[in-house]
Amino acid sequence: MTAVDETPAVQDASGKPLMTLDGVSQVFDTKAGPIRAVDQANLSINPGEVLCLVGESGSGKTTAARMAAGLTRPSSGQVMFDGTDIWSLKKRDFRDFRRSVQYVHQDPYASLNPTRTIQQTLTAPLLKHGVVKGKQAAAERAYELLTKVDLTPPENYLSKYPHQLSGGQRQRVAVARALTLDPKIIIADESTSMLDVSIRISVLAMLGRLRDELGVGFLFITHDLAIAKYFGWRGRTAVMYLGRIVEFGPTPRIINAPTHPYTRALIDAIPEPDPDLTRTKNAESLRSLEIPSLAHLPPGCAFHPRCGRFEDGLCDGDVPQLIQVRPGQSAACHVVARDGADEPAA
Amino acid sequence: MTVPVTSARAVRGGTGKPLLSIRDFKVEYRTGSGTTVQAVRGVDLDLYPGESLALVGESGCGKTTFGLGLLRLLPRLGHASGQVTFNRGDGTEIDVLGLDGRDLRQFRWRDAAMVFQGAMNAFNPVLKIRGHMHDTMRAHTKATKQEIEERAAELLRLVRLEPERVMDSYPHELSGGMRQRVLIAMSLLLEPEVLILDEPTTALDILTQRSVVDVLHEVRERLGFSMIFISHDLSLAAELADRVATMYAGRIIETGGVRDMFYKPRHPYTLGLIKAVPPIVGDLPDLESIPGGPPSLAALPTGCSFHPRCKFATDECQEVDPPLIPITDEPGDAHDVACIHSDQVHLERRTAS
Ligand SMILES: Nc1ncnc2c1ncn2[C@@H]1O[C@H](COP(=O)(O)OP(=O)(O)OP(=O)(O)O)[C@@H](O)[C@H]1O
Ligand SMILES: Nc1ncnc2c1ncn2[C@@H]1O[C@H](COP(=O)(O)OP(=O)(O)OP(=O)(O)O)[C@@H](O)[C@H]1O
Ligand code: SF4
Ligand code: SF4
Ligand SMILES: [Mg+2]
Ligand SMILES: [Mg+2]
Repeated sequence: MTAVDETPAVQDASGKPLMTLDGVSQVFDTKAGPIRAVDQANLSINPGEVLCLVGESGSGKTTAARMAAGLTRPSSGQVMFDGTDIWSLKKRDFRDFRRSVQYVHQDPYASLNPTRTIQQTLTAPLLKHGVVKGKQAAAERAYELLTKVDLTPPENYLSKYPHQLSGGQRQRVAVARALTLDPKIIIADESTSMLDVSIRISVLAMLGRLRDELGVGFLFITHDLAIAKYFGWRGRTAVMYLGRIVEFGPTPRIINAPTHPYTRALIDAIPEPDPDLTRTKNAESLRSLEIPSLAHLPPGCAFHPRCGRFEDGLCDGDVPQLIQVRPGQSAACHVVARDGADEPAA
Repeated sequence: MTVPVTSARAVRGGTGKPLLSIRDFKVEYRTGSGTTVQAVRGVDLDLYPGESLALVGESGCGKTTFGLGLLRLLPRLGHASGQVTFNRGDGTEIDVLGLDGRDLRQFRWRDAAMVFQGAMNAFNPVLKIRGHMHDTMRAHTKATKQEIEERAAELLRLVRLEPERVMDSYPHELSGGMRQRVLIAMSLLLEPEVLILDEPTTALDILTQRSVVDVLHEVRERLGFSMIFISHDLSLAAELADRVATMYAGRIIETGGVRDMFYKPRHPYTLGLIKAVPPIVGDLPDLESIPGGPPSLAALPTGCSFHPRCKFATDECQEVDPPLIPITDEPGDAHDVACIHSDQVHLERRTAS
């Protein structure tokens, strides 16, 4: 049973997800031995939907995203796009797939070519992939794309180099470049984490408009749950811990009614921009702050050495499976599975 | 001479004397080709005993420069001017900008200490934590080995670390959150009265960040030092500060008690920052961003430097650069704003439908 199958309520009208990660795992060989950076993850993205992937550093978000983008091949499991396993595609179709799924990185400075003007950055892929015919048409399209990402008037930006732009402007250029090939899905990997609050919100508003107007789906990766909440409110959120999805469901449920002790701990730990509220918040208790190493995962539930609700013999036995705990919401926790989702916090 | 750390707000003009009194404080950096930029452009600020002050603002507004300048830790091309007076607990008054040599070293760890942005760079990678603790103590005191061991262990326990384990570790063997807590412990070795923390939780995972925040709450309650913490994270300010100061383009443009600042901000920039922070509780928030970005220090706008981004701006704002003035007479409720239209600025808290 996959989490996807269990969440019919949030499938889109056509009922067919655009992309599905079906039990994908990624194993890396490291000095400490093989590690499962992603372990049997099931996810799906519907057309125009936002799927948020949240979790602490090292939980496997980028590894999962790279598999979704076809940048790395899963050790096991399948990445399906439009109903086909992408690794069974012919070269040409695979190239089309890669165009349909665009990756926007955390640091646009590192991903933009410093020797190219913004115009060159945008026209190069247009011409290379034959999206438009001729330099004139490419220039016109570049102009249009800058308008789409709110870099207006475009003539102020076309002849600039990346170093002449602010962080927020560079990230907009990176998004414009991702749009050159009319993608169906944008993978935004911590794309706004380096930006200041106010600029972050305006970039997110721009991305939200692309989602609504162009129907682009998003795999939106962030360690900041408040940002996931803001951008992914109408979509779904998956919480990852040490390579596994531990909770999954509609974003409002994950944020306002989390069930897994790890999700609860994350939400409780976030300070609020409100002095009275933030000082009276109760926190899910933790037994330890140490994150175990992927090379030496604790037996049973990987969260058990830290979990305040740990039960001897139950939690360190079998690995808990992701099962439905409420309509559309699933969690991988023995105690939630036994007691139900609506037990108050311990 | 500390007041209870639980006091919600600084008492200005009250009986207490400020611990740190800063007047017309400026920092200039020399850049290439003989030009200079002013990164801190005349700051007036008082820090009271036991108080926790948050300095917030967008990247590049001068927060780190301000902290470094206060402790005289600026790089060679930086120069601080103005008046910084430190009133030691024993009654002596220190002119911080006039200190040099031994007195300056003395001031730096015993009176005021700083935890820098980016925890890893602050360590010598080939020295164990024990070595860091001993070096710091020996450079400033005549403490015996035994005394240093005890003091270090006490502080490490205070920041919830196991001394037995941590003292024998190299910096790279510790997690980011552990290193940050070690730095906090180290900065407190010589019992400074002021601790400056620059982005103490940035780049830490959320649960680790929470532990550092909790540790700061605890040690401050125990030891009662004053703190200036620099952060671009407004929620952290809401959580940790008694008082908040907003910085914009090298100036403080608003300062007040934490509740006033979050519930009744009166500067359009502070208002804008607050409206851009997504809360985690509740329904979908209705957020707003501030258009544009901070100005270049080399080409500041005329008049109020915020005017190109300000939706309250009028023609007058392009001419006058408003000074920071008090907007309340209530004793103990100091709230100062640098805006000529502050009477029009009101925060309404809303959620999107
Ligand atoms: N190419 C690789 N070889 C070996 N280990 C890897 C490789 N890529 C990632 N890892 C490991 O896999 C785990 C997951 O890494 P990943 O980058 O996916 O995490 P993440 O959730 O994106 O973290 P962050 O929030 O820090 O970006 C980490 O332990 C990482 O060290
Ligand atoms: N050594 C230096 N030489 C010249 N200019 C400098 C130097 N250090 C900082 N600046 C400039 O001074 C201004 C203030 O920088 P500062 O690092 O104090 O900002 P900040 O508020 O701490 O930003 P952040 O939130 O990014 O840490 C910036 O415009 C910066 O470019
Ligand atoms: S299975 Fe046990 S240890 Fe794991 S999250 Fe649930 S209660 Fe905690
Ligand atoms: S003085 Fe004018 S431009 Fe400056 S903050 Fe106030 S209203 Fe805005
Ligand atoms: Mg990552
Ligand atoms: Mg800084």
